[in-house]
Amino acid sequence: MSEESLTVLRSPVKLEYTFTAGETSSRFLRGFAEGKILGRRCPECEKVYVPPRGNCPICTSPMKEEMELAHTGTITKFCIVNLPFAARQIEIPYVSASILLDGADVPIFHLIQEIPYDQIRIGMRVEAVWVAPDERIPGMESITHFGPTGEPDVDIDLFEDADA
Amino acid sequence: MAERCAVAGIGQTKYSAKRTDVSMAGLVREAALRALEDAEMTWKDIDAVVIGKAPDLFEGVVMPEIYLADALGAVGKPMMRVHTAGSVGGSTAIVASHLVHGAAFERVLTVAYEKQSESEATWALTVRVPFSLPLVAGAGGYFAPTIRQYIKRSGAPENIGTMVAVKDRLNALRNPYAHLRMEGINADMVMASPMLWDPLRYLDACPSSDGACAMVLTNEKNAERVKNPAWILATAMRSEPISFPGRDEVSPRAGRDAASELYLEGGITNPREEIDVAEVYVPFSWYEPMWMENLGFAPKNEGWKMTAEGATAFDGDLPVNPSGGVLSSNPIGASGMIRFAEAALQVRGQAGEHQVDGAQVALGHAYGGGSQFFSMWLVGSAKP
Amino acid sequence: MREVALVAFAQSPSVRQDLRRNEVEILTPVIAEAIRWGGVPRKEIGFTCSGSCDYLAGVPFSFVSALDAVGAWPPIRESHVEMDGAWALYEAWVRLQVGDVDSALVYGFGKSSVGDPRDISVLQLDPYYAAPLWPDSVSLAALQARALLQSSGYTERDFAEVVARSLRDAKRNPNAQVSGDFSPDELVKARYDVSPLREHDCPPVSDGAAAVVLAAGDLARKVCERPAWIAGIDHRIEAHSLGARDLTKSPSAALAAEKAGMGKGSLDVAELHAPFSHQELILREALGLGESVAINPSGGALAANPIMAAGLIRIGEAAQLVMDGSAKRAVGHATSGPCLQQNLICVLEAR
Repeated sequence: MSEESLTVLRSPVKLEYTFTAGETSSRFLRGFAEGKILGRRCPECEKVYVPPRGNCPICTSPMKEEMELAHTGTITKFCIVNLPFAARQIEIPYVSASILLDGADVPIFHLIQEIPYDQIRIGMRVEAVWVAPDERIPGMESITHFGPTGEPDVDIDLFEDADA
Repeated sequence: MAERCAVAGIGQTKYSAKRTDVSMAGLVREAALRALEDAEMTWKDIDAVVIGKAPDLFEGVVMPEIYLADALGAVGKPMMRVHTAGSVGGSTAIVASHLVHGAAFERVLTVAYEKQSESEATWALTVRVPFSLPLVAGAGGYFAPTIRQYIKRSGAPENIGTMVAVKDRLNALRNPYAHLRMEGINADMVMASPMLWDPLRYLDACPSSDGACAMVLTNEKNAERVKNPAWILATAMRSEPISFPGRDEVSPRAGRDAASELYLEGGITNPREEIDVAEVYVPFSWYEPMWMENLGFAPKNEGWKMTAEGATAFDGDLPVNPSGGVLSSNPIGASGMIRFAEAALQVRGQAGEHQVDGAQVALGHAYGGGSQFFSMWLVGSAKP
Repeated sequence: MREVALVAFAQSPSVRQDLRRNEVEILTPVIAEAIRWGGVPRKEIGFTCSGSCDYLAGVPFSFVSALDAVGAWPPIRESHVEMDGAWALYEAWVRLQVGDVDSALVYGFGKSSVGDPRDISVLQLDPYYAAPLWPDSVSLAALQARALLQSSGYTERDFAEVVARSLRDAKRNPNAQVSGDFSPDELVKARYDVSPLREHDCPPVSDGAAAVVLAAGDLARKVCERPAWIAGIDHRIEAHSLGARDLTKSPSAALAAEKAGMGKGSLDVAELHAPFSHQELILREALGLGESVAINPSGGALAANPIMAAGLIRIGEAAQLVMDGSAKRAVGHATSGPCLQQNLICVLEAR
């Protein structure tokens, strides 16, 4: 018997979960399979949320009005990442950004590619690049990244508190 | 109408990457016993126990108050576990204080901890439902874009983050509990460390630590027999949604509102002048100037000037994180309570080598989630 | 102590598995209903507190998305416990005692169907000595049931009678998941799940949510015709080591009841959070509940067990009976941990 005392116990655990996306998320995800980015508008605040939520986080009104959003938008913030990306092989460094799609009032997160990372800026115009139609799935991975449109930058007013 | 509440005892564990010398029970007990000793009390004197920590995925133990009841002398007592994401260490202290302020109990033990070496912290933070895109490579990846917004908005010079990273690690050399103790730390070392999420380098980021922090809170009657208690002057908590149109993520309203309520309750009209020292939750260096603005210590877009002119340094006029802060020790669930406890240590004159001379009013601050949960308290050496 | 009452209670009908809605979608209408009944405008609620469990949901920070159902703007005073909503109610009650806010919204929610609650329950145990042996909640409850049979005069038929009564009463509860007429003689013939417990002695797996509005003093009187006043509320925990406890008794329930002043008057109703049939018998004894007290008219946790809301629902159901005038004095009980390790008692009365 070894003289060393036992200090570490490895106890593997496996738990399985079956998640429910929920009604609102399900519609949003299915939109991707059809090449669409769907948002919802709050009837009270009149703001468009993407990803859509069942009700407005500001006034709690149910958001039923659904619309398709443009696939173009503006970068509101970003960072250059030097750590490997969890989901797939991407060259380091890569850029993840918040993108305010045209017509939306809340930005989405996605990758920026097709442009050297040190040329990316807040206010840059970008467009979604999709996988081939027959490869699209109900998930945001149907869009591989956003790339520059070449339009001039937008001066984006970032900071205005939502009115109560 | 509310009962007064004071901090009668404080205990911390040594923070390190892996505490393989204690179990979870041993870790929390280490902090709790030190707090009891400091308060000159025993387990029997405690009426109620409130613990707090971050998601249970960090240890793989679900609802650990159940397991820890024995270790924390809670048998036969009320015991609760608070979970408010990163701000939890602070919220836990506040919930414990409510038990006293509300006259429900007289002597409350509160402990916050994380033994994140037992699970996998990076994994725990990135577990998600399968239908959301895994974009954010770590907490830094979430906060770095907001930091870039701050830099653009304020025009802050690029070296501010580095200054904070150096300052907090220098302060940590005065704190025997600190995890990172980097002798000879300087700007060159920080700038030489790998860039992780531009503009955050490795040394701009907090470590991953095991540790626990405990306090004994008492009512006025019981505080009478305590040598220099830290009186709770005010507490505040606020939450806001993670995303909505026009959200200011650089200086979230929840933080500003919590600070306003805190100062109102605590009778502070000029925080920069009237607060002597601040322990503020800065897990990434650039958050110091941002929180200086959010807390009302500096006008909008000028927080970086406080760092640049040395105001927040140990010998500055408003030392921030003399303990070394989250940048030097980060057991996630405990970090908020460590800020609260360090603020209390300061006004009790018990901070040893990192004592700020003459500290009479101190701020403890914590935040969590997507900068959406804020908890903070003001403590003072004089009874309110 | 400051006078605090429940002025509204809402819950979702418990279901085995809601494939359509996620946690927030189940919770949203429940909170909306509680706010509507509570009479305190949403923006005037002074404090919000919830109970939920990350491991139950399968993701960390699972309580955060629920803020959508609350409307956290302008920013709110909000907190959360990783415990049944009953403890969130306790925290809210304490918060109101401080005196600067007059109302609170409390909610608990969970979809037990997402994971396997039996497996998840194992992770509540001592991770070094107990959990690796993988004793799940049903096995531990069976251990307790066996100990009860051997130490007392109770029989398996007594367990079946608890089940039969609960499920019969549940027929009148539109939110119950399981209900019906079953004869104890037939029930004891069913095969064991983990002896001596049969499937019907164990709680169903449920998805559900509940919410409550609390109000203090004059505000409660203003918004509610018959507030369910919290005459006393307390909770206590016992030792975790199973060998350190007499599993056939519940001293923490008895102590909590004493501290909450339960014995100060007669009780019309007791809603007991007893996920396993034999636990009702243990709790009846610990609380000294005589024949005159109606136990679990809702059907209790045997009829619906949305983990993280089930304890709050017991308090809500008891309060509902006070608010609608059918009860003058009632108690709601909640439990947490293996084999009734932790217990909360809330005494409610009409004034």
